[in-house]
Amino acid sequence: MIRLLQKNGWVLGLVALMVLLFVMTKVIQPNFGASGIGALSRAALPFAFATAGMAIVVIVGGIDLSVASMMAVAGVASAALMHALGNEGSLLVILAVLALGLAMGAINGALIVVTKVPDIVVTLAMLFVWEGVALLILSAPGGSAAPALRAIITGPVSVPFLPEAITAFIPKSLVVLVVCLAVVWVPLSHSKLGLWIYAVGSDPLAAFRSGVPIGLTRIVAYALCGLFAALGGLSLTLSTGIGEPIPGPYLMASVAAVVLGGVVLGGGVGGLLGPIIAVFILRILRMDLTLLSVDPNVSAIIEGTIMAVVVMFGGLVALRGRRA
Amino acid sequence: MTASVTQTPILRRVGNFLRDNPVIPLIVLLLVLVAVLQYLRPGIVNERWIANTIKFAIPLAMIAACQTLTMLTGGIDLSAGIVATVASFVMATQVPLVGVGPAIAYAMIAAVLVGLLNGVGVAFFRVHPLIMTLGSGLIATGCLQVYQRLVIASGSSVPEFLTWLGTGRWGVVPNAMIVFLPFAALILWAQSRTGFGRLLYAVGSNERAARLSGVRAWQVYLALYVLSALIAGVAGLLYIGMIRTASLSLANALMLPSVAAAVVGGTSIFGGRGGYGGTIVGALILTVLGTLLTLLQMPEGARRVLFGAIILAVTAIYVRLTDQG
Amino acid sequence: MTEAQADMPILDAVGISKSFGAVAALKDASLRVGRGEIVALMGANGAGKSTLVKILTGVLRRDGGEIRINGQARSVRNPRRARAAGLVPVYQEPSLIPDLDVRANLRLGDTPVEPFMARVKELGIEGLRLDDMIGALPLATLRILDLARALASEPDVLMLDEMTAALPADLVERVLKVVRAEAKAGRSVIYISHRFNEIAQICDRATVLRDGHTVGDLRIEPGVEDRIVELMLGQSLGEGLRVEPRAVARDGTPRVRVRGLRAGTKLGDVSFDLHRGEVLGVVALEGQGQDELFDVLAGFRKPDAGGFDLDGTPARFGHPADAIAAGLTYVPGDRSEGLLMARSVRENIALPLLARPRNWGAIRMKDEATRVKAAIEKLQIDTRAQGEVRKLSGGNQQKVTIGRWVATGVDTLLLFDPTRGIDVRTKRQIYGLVRELSDQGAAVLFYTSELDEVLQACDRAVVIFNGRVVDEIDTQTADHQLLLRAAYGLTEKDRLEAAS
Repeated sequence: MIRLLQKNGWVLGLVALMVLLFVMTKVIQPNFGASGIGALSRAALPFAFATAGMAIVVIVGGIDLSVASMMAVAGVASAALMHALGNEGSLLVILAVLALGLAMGAINGALIVVTKVPDIVVTLAMLFVWEGVALLILSAPGGSAAPALRAIITGPVSVPFLPEAITAFIPKSLVVLVVCLAVVWVPLSHSKLGLWIYAVGSDPLAAFRSGVPIGLTRIVAYALCGLFAALGGLSLTLSTGIGEPIPGPYLMASVAAVVLGGVVLGGGVGGLLGPIIAVFILRILRMDLTLLSVDPNVSAIIEGTIMAVVVMFGGLVALRGRRA
Repeated sequence: MTASVTQTPILRRVGNFLRDNPVIPLIVLLLVLVAVLQYLRPGIVNERWIANTIKFAIPLAMIAACQTLTMLTGGIDLSAGIVATVASFVMATQVPLVGVGPAIAYAMIAAVLVGLLNGVGVAFFRVHPLIMTLGSGLIATGCLQVYQRLVIASGSSVPEFLTWLGTGRWGVVPNAMIVFLPFAALILWAQSRTGFGRLLYAVGSNERAARLSGVRAWQVYLALYVLSALIAGVAGLLYIGMIRTASLSLANALMLPSVAAAVVGGTSIFGGRGGYGGTIVGALILTVLGTLLTLLQMPEGARRVLFGAIILAVTAIYVRLTDQG
Repeated sequence: MTEAQADMPILDAVGISKSFGAVAALKDASLRVGRGEIVALMGANGAGKSTLVKILTGVLRRDGGEIRINGQARSVRNPRRARAAGLVPVYQEPSLIPDLDVRANLRLGDTPVEPFMARVKELGIEGLRLDDMIGALPLATLRILDLARALASEPDVLMLDEMTAALPADLVERVLKVVRAEAKAGRSVIYISHRFNEIAQICDRATVLRDGHTVGDLRIEPGVEDRIVELMLGQSLGEGLRVEPRAVARDGTPRVRVRGLRAGTKLGDVSFDLHRGEVLGVVALEGQGQDELFDVLAGFRKPDAGGFDLDGTPARFGHPADAIAAGLTYVPGDRSEGLLMARSVRENIALPLLARPRNWGAIRMKDEATRVKAAIEKLQIDTRAQGEVRKLSGGNQQKVTIGRWVATGVDTLLLFDPTRGIDVRTKRQIYGLVRELSDQGAAVLFYTSELDEVLQACDRAVVIFNGRVVDEIDTQTADHQLLLRAAYGLTEKDRLEAAS
């Protein structure tokens, strides 16, 4: 009960921090408004998907170092497909990317289960493999994004009966993010499978003795991570309009967001809401530094320091919790 | 892989033998790779090639020492490659300003600062080393870029003796061995015959048990991450002697291969098991593998796929052979 | 229960074998359980009890042999199948997920909630809520919840592995009562325990394992204990069960004087003296503050109030290293807590010698080898299984954790339930060692969850109840009943008053 409160307290604290940062942004840049929120949300999209995927494997007690590489594979694959198919193939592209993501993640998970090699090592090896696959698909940035699909994540939503003054502040990309996460996570967290994921992450031996199929649960968790990574890759291609085979800085960012979001490395604790809010906090921070026209290099230092401090603080909180 | 299925006594004996001597199968694998290379391109394996292979394996093996030592405690040092870069860059840019001696001192101070940051994070704040070192690597990169602005006018130079160390050879023996041989001997001795070495294994296999025996784990972690940064710094200086140009991402490419070298070399990423002997062979294997893939004119993508697959396969076989029963 | 045996056995395991690598854990083990029967499964550590249980419950797969349930051959390939076949285990370590609440844990195993809660109440746990996090509950409660969960799934055969270990005496009584009632109602129970008094109380038969073979199947009747021990050990017993009296000088400054110590919510106000050359027992039910007492003395936590003197000088520790430097060494009951399982016996024993930074340099290998060898010989550690400590039997592992301090030289030993789950022979050896060390001048504080051990190992004992020392016991005159009464907080004075 106390821990439940603690967990929710963490998420509430994050929300408060996010609001504070929004206020700060408004102070720094008085004309920050709908378009700013739209840009922020679109930029956060790939980070948010990577973080969601990472959060699930961390909850199951693992880690996926190949998340950025899988995003690259999905990104170039979708860019190549869209280049070949154009607007007509939109649905096909989406389905293909989702299947690709599930397959990549399931391969990661299956390799971990079958070889019994620690997940850090397997996903480190798969980091190279998926990076290579991305380079095989496109050896240099290329392909293109279908305009029909790009439209899905650009601009604000239009909802009948709601005045534009409100809808202007709801970017489509945010809606896409929320819908995608909710469709997967809400049913999952209420199902037996969701329970299995937490059980395996918390205590694999006890879970096994309680009859939980450990291997299957792990594979499913990694497959979901692959799925979200693929969505992240697709959204990246859609927002830049080009497929980039070299993985972006999503590994470290997703791990930091997961930790900041209250998911304990080691498994069994946390959810998706905290990490997603953490993603936005880190993005707003970056935006504020840019708005303050801080040297990008200095802002990288500041960002890194903030991440490190946050993670250290998180470590301290976890330590206190263990002692009490 | 059939060992686990049939479980015959002979295979079991082989498995036990390999567990006690993990370096031997790795050396066999290394020789097999060299043989394949010689078969594909007869005559390639000559004095010069051997010297070059060893030469390029040395910085990798040194950075992999950081991974091995930290992995023994259940950690990892993902900042090692960046620390090597920082040390080499600081040294090369300071030489024109303050001379060789102080430049090297500054370089090592910079390295130790990152190591201290890692050590403090891991020892006192109990941050997972993977996260801590990734983060400190990011910070160090940022600092390096800002630093570059400050020294952009003064240019850089690499001291003569470093290029001599990095590029020269004496028969099949590259000059860098002058540094590496004592270094490797020291690590190999220290890991089993010194109190600090034993404590790395102890803290890695059961930190609470170590605490219960009177070990103050924070002392071990702090010393370890500073040591790791020092090793990375020295490796960076050696590496810039080899490459001869300062750059902002000099040794970063050695980062993941260094983890791979330690892992292939049989050090458990969960701590408590392994050693530097395997890592040295692992670094050689990865270097030869790199040559082999270049020789096969594989596209970059396929090379990486194969690289990853081999790491995984070697580790999987290793796990099968050693973790039965 | 004679009629029950006449029926077809509900569980009949014949000729079960299982090897781990080169080591044969089970060679020819058989176990037959009739309906409504409580069968004790006994054997020294390493005899194969745990392996047999794991095979019967689907955690491990057998290499050979047959398992018949209700006369039908069944494969119990995984825990799920075993459950479906009606075999439900309660393991030594609770199989509940620490990060989930009670309700989610029940959902995980499809356990019905109402019967579960009824069982929990019946077993004497009050105030449990379905949204309590498992990780926040004490160990004893978890074991009871595990049992309640097993019972709620209405098993045909219930397997209890050291069910009463680490349980306070009041809960033990409850558990035994419930188990007996279940058997009366027709459920069968396989009961694994080292505690003869419990087995005598509830079991109908005992099946004895030794070295992977079933060596005996005995009806429980008065006097059967000696026969069982003989079968378990493969030799006859014939030793006394009480510690030899000896003179301990208790005048002069005590080695450790605990003064009004208070820590956490459980340790209220504890004072006692521990002298050199004596083994002082601590008698306490689960959770009376003894954990906190040992934590403070071992340097794992600081006291909230009060303190302790060492040889007359006040002391205060911030880290176990401080305690060790002051000569106080702690041996935990949970061996996995104290050992480097994947490292060698030598490294484990030599560990304290290297702890301080000034010993981080070169190791004097010869000196170390001598010390380690001396410790191994003194404790008769069976090091035939070369290499990793995890391959040793539980008893030998515990000897290693003690041997570590023998190698450094023992001054004051804090033993926290050091014989938990260890076979009789090794227990005796440990008692002998403890006495030998105290003969040489060591002071020993000895907590045990098994009350009879106090009589077998300690010179005297203090009783801690509800966080306070309530009584002191002379182990020469005390008996089991007196200990039990004392542990419940009924002091000698009460007894005399009750008698008069």
